[in-house]
Amino acid sequence: MSADSLALVARKADRPRRRLRDGLGFGTLMLALALPLVPVAVWSISATWFFPDVVPTRFSTRSWEYVLSPDAKVIPAFLTSLTIALAVSVIAGLIGLSAGRALGLHSFRGKRIVYFLVLAPEIVPPLTVAMGNQVAFIKLGLADTILGVILVQLVPTIPYVTLVMSAVYSNYDLNYEDQARVLGASPLRAFFHVTLPAVFPGLVVAALFAFLIAWSEYIMTLLIGGGVVKTLPLLLFSFATSDLSIASALCLLCILPAIVILVLSSRYLSGGRANIGGFGRL
Amino acid sequence: MSVQVNLAELSKVYPKTETPSVDRVSLSIEAGSLFALLGPSGCGKTTTLKMIAGLLDPTAGEITFDGRSVVRIPPERRNAAMVFQKPLLFPHMTIGENVAFGLRMKHVERGVIRERVGKMLDLVRLPGVENRRPGELSGGQEQRVSLARALVTSPAVLLLDEPLSQLDANLRIEMRDLIRQIQAELGVTTIFVTHDQEEAVMLADRIALMLDGRLMQVDTPASFYERPSSIAVARFFGARNFIPGRVSGSRFQSSVAEFEVAHPAPPDGTILTIRQEAIALGPGPNAFTATVRRSMYLGTMLRVWVDTGGVEVEFTAAPGDQFPEGSEVTLRFPPEHVWVVPAAEPDA
Repeated sequence: MSADSLALVARKADRPRRRLRDGLGFGTLMLALALPLVPVAVWSISATWFFPDVVPTRFSTRSWEYVLSPDAKVIPAFLTSLTIALAVSVIAGLIGLSAGRALGLHSFRGKRIVYFLVLAPEIVPPLTVAMGNQVAFIKLGLADTILGVILVQLVPTIPYVTLVMSAVYSNYDLNYEDQARVLGASPLRAFFHVTLPAVFPGLVVAALFAFLIAWSEYIMTLLIGGGVVKTLPLLLFSFATSDLSIASALCLLCILPAIVILVLSSRYLSGGRANIGGFGRL
Repeated sequence: MSVQVNLAELSKVYPKTETPSVDRVSLSIEAGSLFALLGPSGCGKTTTLKMIAGLLDPTAGEITFDGRSVVRIPPERRNAAMVFQKPLLFPHMTIGENVAFGLRMKHVERGVIRERVGKMLDLVRLPGVENRRPGELSGGQEQRVSLARALVTSPAVLLLDEPLSQLDANLRIEMRDLIRQIQAELGVTTIFVTHDQEEAVMLADRIALMLDGRLMQVDTPASFYERPSSIAVARFFGARNFIPGRVSGSRFQSSVAEFEVAHPAPPDGTILTIRQEAIALGPGPNAFTATVRRSMYLGTMLRVWVDTGGVEVEFTAAPGDQFPEGSEVTLRFPPEHVWVVPAAEPDA
């Protein structure tokens, strides 16, 4: 038997064992992620549940009925959250795309300082940023508006997107753009036809980060939105101390878009389709 | 369709550098010819090529295609297609889409695109690979696709930036022959950059040798071996024998011997050079005796170093020949192969 076929036999024998190992790993991971959600799900359909009962003594659909009723204003809050998070991820994505290009591709004086300044919003506590911004936003008439909330949430999201995109760009060969140019593409078309498809997987991942940060942001929304801009986390917090059953139902609603978006972008996250590798040197 | 390319006093000085990367280069490249820009890395040859492509702006000087200045024309409208060192196939497109890219940018009709892409892939001997993806081809095949992608746009000038340097030896010869054949077939003015003098000699009609940003000599391949303009040029083309002396009439006086020179020698010529393979054995005109110092067997030939009057001379002999160390040997420099160059490099 040749060495090649021997190796093949060995690999075949290995296969069930490897499948078992992969399956166990995946199962443990899913369990760790899903297990904390089980009590939340049970809470959302329970009427009375006291220590030391393992399961609630009475079940009820009360909280779900309330959450989905117009009185609860959950649907408008969901849409407000969605609007803010989508706007933040798009704007942060666009800014991070250009800033990341400059940082990833070019070397210039004071680049390290720029890197530090980009990171600065992550070092300063968000409460401090929001407090300072609130004063300015009141003067500008941006307080209590959705636009104001979107603007303030760009502060913690832009650094993430910029850093991810600078890592993606530092792996990008700018010669691709030159190649497109000499084949007859204007700078704009070279970008859209050649560079954007190459950095797109990274951009999707970065924008996803921005979306998730904006979606679950509480303190900045509360301060700048002044309670007028009601997002899902705000609603959730108001029930967290009063009605755990309703809070649990809202919790599950909060997770929903994150899961949908993760599933939609999973092919980019896995890196299987990534043209230049999602994260690079990050 | 192919154009004559002229460079006039073309210079490039990068910011924060003192010496220019390209220093007043003037060149005339015949329409339809295959022209090599030769030089070691960092000599400014790629910078020159990128200025012709429009990817770099010259600091000074002029570039004309058929007499019209192209300096202000952006690369996408210059009609000068370039093939880089790496194939740079766009990874998110199929091979067919890659080759079609230039035509798509020109808004050519779909049916016409498909037909011309097919023809071009036939020309580079890769028929039917349209639906493959870049990663599925070998390095040599990818470079051929890259060539097809540049040629499909019917460029006025084809620019090749060391297109063979990333290929292994066998593929290099194959690709070299392919470039030569396609260039002859299409008659497109082609300028290629290389650091390999052998490659330049085998491919090009004419060669321009650049050293340190300056043009040293523009000539036919044979002239670089037979009539180098300076020691630096001769060295770059592998010459090893440089004998100091001085010119008087058609003779060259040195400590080795007085040599007869068939070619007119410059009056300031103080260095005699002769190719190691042009040196003959035995008596005759320009003969002298020397002592064998060492020899090296190279399979197809024998390289021998001898000493005469304090000057080392290197020559090649048949691989089976014997030259014992310390023995006396009579060599001669055939007058027609003797060439005299000035000693000092201009400005060097």
